[in-house]
Amino acid sequence: MKAFAELYANLDATTSSNAKLAALQAYFLQAPPEDAAWAVYFLSGGRPRQLVPTRLLRDMATEACGIEPWLFEESYQSVGDLAETISLLLPESTYTSEDGLAVWLEEKLLPLRGLSPQDLAERLPALWAQLDQPSLMVCIKLITGSFRVGVSKLLVTRALAAMAGLDSKRVAQRLVGYTDLSNRPTAEGYLKLIAAESCDEHAQRGGQPYPFFLAHGLSQPAEQFNALLGAPADWQVEWKWDGIRAQLVKREGRLWIWSRGEELVTDRFPELHSLLHGLPDGTVIDGEIVVWKESVQPFALLQQRIGRKTLSKKILDDAPVAVLAYDLLEHQGEDWRNHIQAERRAQLERIIAQCNQPVLRPSPVLTGATWADLAEQREASRELGVEGMMLKDRKGLYGVGRTKDMGLWWKWKVDPFSVDAVLIYAQRGHGRRASLYSDYTFAVWDGPPGSERTLVPFAKAYSGLTDEEMRKVDAIVRKTTVEKFGPVSSVTPSMVFELGFEGIALSKRHKSGIAVRFPRMLRWRQDKSVDDADNLATLQDLLT
Amino acid sequence: MDLVIARPEGLYCPAGDFYIDPWRPVERSVITHAHGDHARTGNQHYLAAAPGEGILRSRLGQDINLQTLAYGEQVVHHGVKLSFHPAGHVLGSAQVRLEYQGEVWVASGDYKVEPDGTCAPFEPVRCHTFITESTFGLPIYRWQPQAQIFAGINDWWQGNIAAGKASVLFCYSFGKAQRILHGIDASIGPILSHGAVEPLNRVYREAGIYIPETLYAGDVQKNDPLLRQALIIAPPSAGGSTWMRRFGDYSDAFASGWMRLRGTRRRRGVDRGFVLSDHADWPGLLWAIEQTGAERVMVTHGSVGVLVRHLREKGLDAQGFTTEYGDDEEEATA
Repeated sequence: MKAFAELYANLDATTSSNAKLAALQAYFLQAPPEDAAWAVYFLSGGRPRQLVPTRLLRDMATEACGIEPWLFEESYQSVGDLAETISLLLPESTYTSEDGLAVWLEEKLLPLRGLSPQDLAERLPALWAQLDQPSLMVCIKLITGSFRVGVSKLLVTRALAAMAGLDSKRVAQRLVGYTDLSNRPTAEGYLKLIAAESCDEHAQRGGQPYPFFLAHGLSQPAEQFNALLGAPADWQVEWKWDGIRAQLVKREGRLWIWSRGEELVTDRFPELHSLLHGLPDGTVIDGEIVVWKESVQPFALLQQRIGRKTLSKKILDDAPVAVLAYDLLEHQGEDWRNHIQAERRAQLERIIAQCNQPVLRPSPVLTGATWADLAEQREASRELGVEGMMLKDRKGLYGVGRTKDMGLWWKWKVDPFSVDAVLIYAQRGHGRRASLYSDYTFAVWDGPPGSERTLVPFAKAYSGLTDEEMRKVDAIVRKTTVEKFGPVSSVTPSMVFELGFEGIALSKRHKSGIAVRFPRMLRWRQDKSVDDADNLATLQDLLT
Repeated sequence: MDLVIARPEGLYCPAGDFYIDPWRPVERSVITHAHGDHARTGNQHYLAAAPGEGILRSRLGQDINLQTLAYGEQVVHHGVKLSFHPAGHVLGSAQVRLEYQGEVWVASGDYKVEPDGTCAPFEPVRCHTFITESTFGLPIYRWQPQAQIFAGINDWWQGNIAAGKASVLFCYSFGKAQRILHGIDASIGPILSHGAVEPLNRVYREAGIYIPETLYAGDVQKNDPLLRQALIIAPPSAGGSTWMRRFGDYSDAFASGWMRLRGTRRRRGVDRGFVLSDHADWPGLLWAIEQTGAERVMVTHGSVGVLVRHLREKGLDAQGFTTEYGDDEEEATA
């Protein structure tokens, strides 16, 4: 545990990727495989099911710290991280545990799940007392599962590859699905990740998907595309769908469906199970799951069924899904990622035609003689319910993650909706924004200028400002706070921001009657006064 | 009757007709210490503790109208007995004790309770009403003994020498810088000071405080191999400036009580954060308040609401004082 806590501290202390890489390699070189197995799991985003309900954890920590609950809450608001708060408040101990990360997890932490509050009250403080402050914080992070330390899966992959002398694409392939809930990290599993390549590895891959290839944003004006990208004919152009990116894996008479988060989601989409009989063994297709009723339906509908544990007939009727397929990664059991885009596409179309099921459709290829022509077609994006276009190099291979060395995909998104809104509430942030007012609620007027009107909140946003701007906003919030409701401060309205968002829908849950997707701050409009902010009518116009 | 009240100009003693650490120009000011948010220019008269004279004059002007008292020495002004007592914050820092018609108030300015060898250590003064700061007024703030922090700085410095890197340590130039210089192991390598730090080192040395030999960083040429061995003490404002370029490959660190939190550490973007403060931590604040025996506590700058509520729950008569302290880089959140 101590070695892992030290790794965490080292990773946390630096922003340099090289320093992080070095810290990871140093850790993996000395860690016993059973510990390394769990380290890989957490560092690449694995989260076990909640071990202790957060409410209980807080209560127990407050009790163990011997302070009033309100004082605990004030401390938490200032620190912005529950695990860190608890570790700073508990009485200082020296590190006395002799157990490694795996023993801590398997014998001490995982068994906490489902224990009664009485049992927890007995066990937790005894566990905590064995750890010093840095280890304690990491221990509580393992319990809460919120384990962000600025390490990407890619970095973990590179560290393992460098240490084991393997190609990092090979390690990425082996890591797919490693963090899925069904996989429990073991020493054996870890040793497989770093084992020398064997010739039967490909045959033993089971339901493993491939690492997803990701696109880069393209924000230059279309006039520059000829210089930037060459002729449109060199690119495969498609709509950028607003659904769930997924891989369909058909092997050994079985079908697996994996989401972009490398989560196994086969059970969530029963209407796709018929593909088991339509696709030949040794086929892997990359595409987008969308709600489809003769045309693609808004993401909001899909969202409604994602979270459900059981899918009622009504939901399946209201929001039936289909796969819009756009790539072929495996064909007849062969890895096809080294075929060029044009070949993969041609073969994909043949497979879809042979399969001949309405739940599997090709994502249409768009054509245009010039970029200007395509730009004009792109204007229809909002009406069609897509986010813009994808441009894929026809000669490109299928890469790993957000890389550019094998092939190249661009996402050419339409500009977001935007309105000028007023900051009315602020809340302190988490992580590196702890104790800074960085999370804001925005409002628009409920009537036109000149009328008797009030500000109605409609969106929360916390991204888009530079650190410098955020510090300034923070200072203004502190000076203009009117009232505090727990962690939230209401402020005298004075600041106007241009707020961007991707989608807009009617909502019964919001006071304004409107819900927006991915709201973020595009600009701080210091040139505008509160009176100049938009009103609800502007938002309602966007609905149509 | 209250011996001290909050006025728009600063904390005011009506009976004696003077201000303590006023933030607007006034006729008569009593100064607890020379940090910028407590000692400001423009007052007609200044009264301060004698050990702070050198620094006050170097910061506010050699010709200010300044009268000083030794710690414990008493003057009577309009019937108010006034004396200074060590606050342990920085060189010359003092608590102001006021006595009038049997009522005793102590205004503590800023203070810390761990003795550090660079100034007279904090001395609890019995009083009826205690005016306390609350910069680190949350139970998450608990300091390690400074010896451990200095050992950490020594290790970091030696590690950097081994890696052939300069060690740039950011800290506030008055007080913190000298405390660090006083506490670290100067035999490890050469020490360089930024232009904002070097004059204060001189004042401390003149006051008889041990400060190891330091070189003015401006005198060292870029690419001088000495830099790769050196510890460079600089104010936070030097970070990210062109001044830093001369050091080539370096590791940087920041020494402040705020470094206790990961969030502030990461916001600073430095390689290391050393948790070292010239203010009292939470246990320190509570200990100091208890030592005074005061039944009434006025809380200024920092976590005012939290400390007031906590003290009230302990049965003390506590309330907040609105002041403009804490805007100095010393106290502002890193």
